[in-house]
Amino acid sequence: MSFAWAKQYEPQSAFTKWLDEKLPLPRLVYNAVGAGYPVPRNLNYMWNFGVLAGFFLVVQIITGVVLAMHYAANGLVAFATVEHIMRDVNYGWMLRYAHANGASFFFIVIYMHIFRGFFYSSYKAPREMIWLLGVVIFLLMMATAFMGYVLPWGQMSFWGAQVITGLFTAIPLVGEPLQVWLLGGFAPDNAALNRFFSLHFLLPFVIAGVVILHIWALHIPGSSNPTGVEVKQESDTVPFHPYYTAKDGFGLGVILILFTAMVFFLPNALGHPDNYIEANPLSTPALIVPEWYFYPFYAILRAFTGDLTIPFTGIVLIPAKLLGVIAMFGSILVWFILPWLDKSPVRSGHYRPLFRKFFWFGLIPTMAALFYLGGAHAEEPYIMLSQIFTAYYFLHFLVILPIISQIEVPKPLPFSITEAVLGKDAAPEAPRTGSVDGGDAGTATDGALQPAE
Amino acid sequence: MTIRLGGIIAGLAITLVLVLWSLLPGAYNYAFGPAPEKQPSSYFYEHGEGPAGGFAFDGAFGKWDVAQLQRGYQVYKEVCSACHSMKFVAFRNLKQLGYTDAEVDAEAATWTVPGIDPATGETTTRPGEPTDAFPSPYPNAIAAAAANNNAIPPDLSLMTKARHDGSNYVYDLLTGYGEPDPAKAAKVGFETPDGLYFNKHFHNVNIAMPPPLSDGQVTFADGTESTVPQMSKDVAAFLTWTAEPSLVERRQTGWFVLGFLLFATALAFLSYKQIWAGLKPKKS
Amino acid sequence: MATDTAATTEVSATEEGVRRRDWIHIAALGTAGVGGASVLFPLISQMAPSQDVLAASTTEVDIGAIQPGQSIKAAFRKQPLFVKRLTPEQIAAAKADDTADMRDPATLASRTKAGHEDILITMGVCTHLGCVPLGAAEGENQGDFGGYFCPCHGSHYDVAGRIRKGPAPKNLHVPDYDFTSDTVVRVG
Repeated sequence: MSFAWAKQYEPQSAFTKWLDEKLPLPRLVYNAVGAGYPVPRNLNYMWNFGVLAGFFLVVQIITGVVLAMHYAANGLVAFATVEHIMRDVNYGWMLRYAHANGASFFFIVIYMHIFRGFFYSSYKAPREMIWLLGVVIFLLMMATAFMGYVLPWGQMSFWGAQVITGLFTAIPLVGEPLQVWLLGGFAPDNAALNRFFSLHFLLPFVIAGVVILHIWALHIPGSSNPTGVEVKQESDTVPFHPYYTAKDGFGLGVILILFTAMVFFLPNALGHPDNYIEANPLSTPALIVPEWYFYPFYAILRAFTGDLTIPFTGIVLIPAKLLGVIAMFGSILVWFILPWLDKSPVRSGHYRPLFRKFFWFGLIPTMAALFYLGGAHAEEPYIMLSQIFTAYYFLHFLVILPIISQIEVPKPLPFSITEAVLGKDAAPEAPRTGSVDGGDAGTATDGALQPAE
Repeated sequence: MTIRLGGIIAGLAITLVLVLWSLLPGAYNYAFGPAPEKQPSSYFYEHGEGPAGGFAFDGAFGKWDVAQLQRGYQVYKEVCSACHSMKFVAFRNLKQLGYTDAEVDAEAATWTVPGIDPATGETTTRPGEPTDAFPSPYPNAIAAAAANNNAIPPDLSLMTKARHDGSNYVYDLLTGYGEPDPAKAAKVGFETPDGLYFNKHFHNVNIAMPPPLSDGQVTFADGTESTVPQMSKDVAAFLTWTAEPSLVERRQTGWFVLGFLLFATALAFLSYKQIWAGLKPKKS
Repeated sequence: MATDTAATTEVSATEEGVRRRDWIHIAALGTAGVGGASVLFPLISQMAPSQDVLAASTTEVDIGAIQPGQSIKAAFRKQPLFVKRLTPEQIAAAKADDTADMRDPATLASRTKAGHEDILITMGVCTHLGCVPLGAAEGENQGDFGGYFCPCHGSHYDVAGRIRKGPAPKNLHVPDYDFTSDTVVRVG
């Protein structure tokens, strides 16, 4: 829809012509994910994860709707109905393991998708809205996953609900009434379980709605690409179908192999044994941890161990608990302003030597460490390590990115995607007009977007 | 610009607060503060390795050893069930252990389950039916706690999934009873509290369950010698089955699905390469 | 303007290559279709009765206290079960009707156990659309044939539970049962 050379949908039969007049749904699909959507020809495998995330959303909705047919959200029977699914429902074990591991795989592909965005600066103009909607989807996913984990009503479910709603008690004045309101009681019980079930059922459809906005916003400027150079000419693109449908089909096969290997051979490897113990309000498990995909944020939460006091007076300005909660939410909210923190005119990390060093030797090890530390016992030296890595996390986004985007000297950019793929000689006649970033290597400004229409 | 300036200030502020009020006091305390007191039990805990030779169901191709599961069931019935229920497992499930319908009916009838007198409506007991679950020997949790020095014997249906490396855990726990090394115990001032029992494979080495097994306690129909390790291994296998009766079926389905997906993905790859073939001449 | 990038760049495809290429796409799409269709199997199968529902459950009914002409209602697999002790007159009437014109012909003997011809055990589920017929409890409408009467759509069953009038297509179903003693019946 965005490029002049995009192929037009042409209904062939009388029926499709009639349908195109009355409800041009095939046209919409054709333009969105069909031959009518021109996509940069140089996308690498990191660009598979958007489609894969959509696939896992569908897997979760289908398996979830099916599981809801057998589940009952009542503290007395919830755990038993899950066991009923595992033992007596036809293929119930398969459906439940697919749903539980599907959540993990949804997060795996989403993290790949997000970190693709970090490296290739997919958040930059003109794609800020796509990025903002993406962060909203991620937040909705976290809420959905948390509430879903409560539903089996095992020990981790129960204490997870207790601890996560307990985060809100950090808010001054209204915190404790807020937790009671969230739970509908003084501890997690039927009221909490029922509302979590209701919302866990609802939110995936909200996510699906935001996903549609996300894709809509994507189709305004079109997809980004590994060079970060905008599409300039027809030879820079290929139609989404069949080129990327075929590539995504292959990518889907690969991820499904990994997914089924987990579902059929290691279905509980990403879970926690304590959740096979029925919820017991009188006994807390030895190690309370969320699901693995929350570990980095959980590590940030636990990193703040000391109250912010005025030294030598004992006056507490902000208690440690509130600091941790602010930092945890802030660690994701900071993604919202990312497009305006990183003002480098170059998008792709391939052409940003300094940025690339901080990405591979700063952000990636930090995330890996926080993933590990979030699941570790709250004892030294893990606490100190999570404090160090938490500090780097915030420094990276809030301090390092703004500064390096000022001082960095980027590497020369290719003139166009075609040139990047085929080399200078093979590049067909390109309309070298009206673009501030001419072929001159080294000017390194790619802020100009080719007109979309 | 204001966003970036604000970001830099906020980032530095967060780092400052974290380092000055959390990291430095913590590091100081770690370096110079009193070392955390070591629990006396931590001198005695030993991580178990599971039974020698492992289980028949181990690995991606593992299968149930039905004879072993039957022996394990016998151990559960004659020993464990005195205190432990298995509320998610029904007698009808025993069919998977190679019993016929008639044998399952007869086996179920040897158990006593709670019932209601059809004439008076009062609670009573009746012989089990295949659809009944393995009953709890106690009417409720309070009775269970009262009869067991305040420790409620947990339901065993899911025991091997509710512990890390559960099958080996059950074996280790059942074979971990004994006495602490007296010299070491005297040195660190360790004594097993009253009413608890020393078990080197239990996380704090003091377990409320008395040693349940002793050599020759049950008589196996297949002539297998009923040593403590043998019974422990058999009952651990049985509890693995109760925790996940679909284990073997799951893996078999998994191999089939994986094989299909490998084939489909190979085709998808060839198709993908074909479609892109003409598009990308090599860089000259 | 709208030239096909793929078509212009793909110049080397010989006729043989085209055929081979088509074959691989058809195979890939076909395999994906088979995979997608086989995923439907568990998704559909999960709605069928689960193992605990299918597990044959049995119900024991004590019939010792039922007087001739009386019926009791019991529950079998979450459905009502009618147990009726027929009076000698009812047995005679039912036998006399064995040869009558019926929608679902059956004899009284085929619907009771030998030696216990006075005990009629049927499901209390109308074969029309599944309501519970009246007539098992004292004082209820027993219909035109003195057996059971379904109030939903007006099906009349006779003393042997055979459909005689109204929309129901079949006689009241007789479940499998055995006499474990003279006074106890084990259904299922």
